[in-house]
Amino acid sequence: MSVNADQVRHVAKLARIAMSDAEVEKMVPEFNNILKWVEQLGEVDTDGVEPLTAVIDNELRLRDDVVNDGDCRDDVLKNAPEAQHGFFAVPKVIE
Amino acid sequence: MSELTTKTIAELRDGIGAGDFSAREVAEAYNAAVVAGRSLNAYTVETPELALAAAEAADKARAAGELKPLSGVPLGIKDLFATEGVDSTSGSNILKGFKPTYESTVSGKLKAAGAGMLGKLNMDEFAMGSSNETSAYGPVISPWKRNDGGNAALTPGGSSGGSAAAVSAGLAAGVTGTDTGGSIRQPAAFTGICGIKPTYGRCSRWGIVAFASSLDQAGPMAKTVRDCAILLEAMTGFDPKDATSLDLPVPNWEAGLSSDLKGKKVGIPIEYRIDGVPSEIDALWDKGVEWLRDAGAEPVKISLPYTKYALPTYYIIAPAEASSNLARYDGVRYGLREAPEGGNLDAMYAATRAAGFGAEVRRRIMIGTYVLSAGFYDAYFTKAQKVRTLIKRDFRDAFAECDFILTPTAPSAAFGLQEKMSDPLAMYLNDVFAVPASLAGLPAMSVPGGLDGQGLPLGLHLIGKELDEQGVLNAALAIEERAGFTARPQRWW
Repeated sequence: MSVNADQVRHVAKLARIAMSDAEVEKMVPEFNNILKWVEQLGEVDTDGVEPLTAVIDNELRLRDDVVNDGDCRDDVLKNAPEAQHGFFAVPKVIE
Repeated sequence: MSELTTKTIAELRDGIGAGDFSAREVAEAYNAAVVAGRSLNAYTVETPELALAAAEAADKARAAGELKPLSGVPLGIKDLFATEGVDSTSGSNILKGFKPTYESTVSGKLKAAGAGMLGKLNMDEFAMGSSNETSAYGPVISPWKRNDGGNAALTPGGSSGGSAAAVSAGLAAGVTGTDTGGSIRQPAAFTGICGIKPTYGRCSRWGIVAFASSLDQAGPMAKTVRDCAILLEAMTGFDPKDATSLDLPVPNWEAGLSSDLKGKKVGIPIEYRIDGVPSEIDALWDKGVEWLRDAGAEPVKISLPYTKYALPTYYIIAPAEASSNLARYDGVRYGLREAPEGGNLDAMYAATRAAGFGAEVRRRIMIGTYVLSAGFYDAYFTKAQKVRTLIKRDFRDAFAECDFILTPTAPSAAFGLQEKMSDPLAMYLNDVFAVPASLAGLPAMSVPGGLDGQGLPLGLHLIGKELDEQGVLNAALAIEERAGFTARPQRWW
């Protein structure tokens, strides 16, 4: 499979990365080179092979259903580019 | 340069314990070395006051007879470990100014063991790179030079490039690194030091900036195998805050060190002899086999048939996980925000991420987004996870015939800055020997083996069975004792 400029633009939108037309044009061949290279996996017969889910067997633990965190609003907001009234502030979402 | 900065961690620990020198003298020597080494660009933040505070605590602990395992040992911490109150930016502009209000489990364990922090170490942005050139702080310069009379600036490798340069140049007694697909082992090889990636799950990932969560593992880098064992003991252990942390006791790896390999079988994978690798690398590999034979091990040929598919598998899985992990950098909760005048929330996300991420990180997020997107998920991501199963099976089958595996660490010695930046695929090939063990979650280590014709270090790579860090360390020790690698970079900085 290979991608064109429109598809790269679509992926950039999904990834929420602003890209100029020049950047999109530059990325198309890079993208296709990498895709072509990873597509050699197509040679591998994986019929009946389960996809790997855990690299080292480990039990999925459940913790006790008790509150073990909280009361740290100021710590949470400390690195915010903009915080107001104890909240993260963002550009207006609803008109 | 003070001779204190040439000592191993074991020597510092024992010397402080015996009162041969104080922890304060050690911290001052290292703080001075860090300042004198600024031209290497190894540190992104210097914290001499923290190193001194830990040293004072160590000297008091000695007087009180309460020394801890790492009392007074000055360490550098890779920039992607969250360190309380100290900038932790993962080498990225998008985390500029981020000062965590918490400490990562691993760096916290090291501090609790008495170690002092000299500063934060430069790295490829979000650990995505093999030359440290993708860092927002600019590349780390290797302390090593070729012996050709030229003055070419070389890479220390990556992504733990600052970590490797710091140990090699005597700017830290030991350091933390992280390894997703070779990021501890390749830089260790390029700079003539040791580095081990333990079994996935040994070191807690809590508080480490995530790149590819099913692969990321922290580990130590230091001058010697023994030093790695000492640091690894302090770094590992169960952590309920990491869902993949292994609930197992921490072995006494240092006490268990033994280079007697009688009765052990070392596997030599035929698929790791690949075209285009300099003959010096293969020659060192052969020497490594002889050294292990001399230590009592029996070499056996093994086959890991899916080796050639490991890199393409990795370059689907790692970007996929990265695209998901890096979705959190949105300009809302921490780090950079770019909000175009009059733009909406979506415009803020897109502008922030375009301005904050460098070219390689953007490229990997894009690839990862693509392979996870509707219609392509099965063809790429699920396929890669199936091949990953086969790669893991390769190792399982091989370990029925041998106890550990020996390969070269990297397909070349350190290369020059700028030599590979224009070709992502050529850069990715650096990790051809390192990535399979990462995909299988296995412990693996690089130990210096010798110098190439240009006077640059080459590393040998040991891969062990699940949870058998001891076997890896012991085989590395046998090589270290026989290689007699004492070369250090000539100081020019």
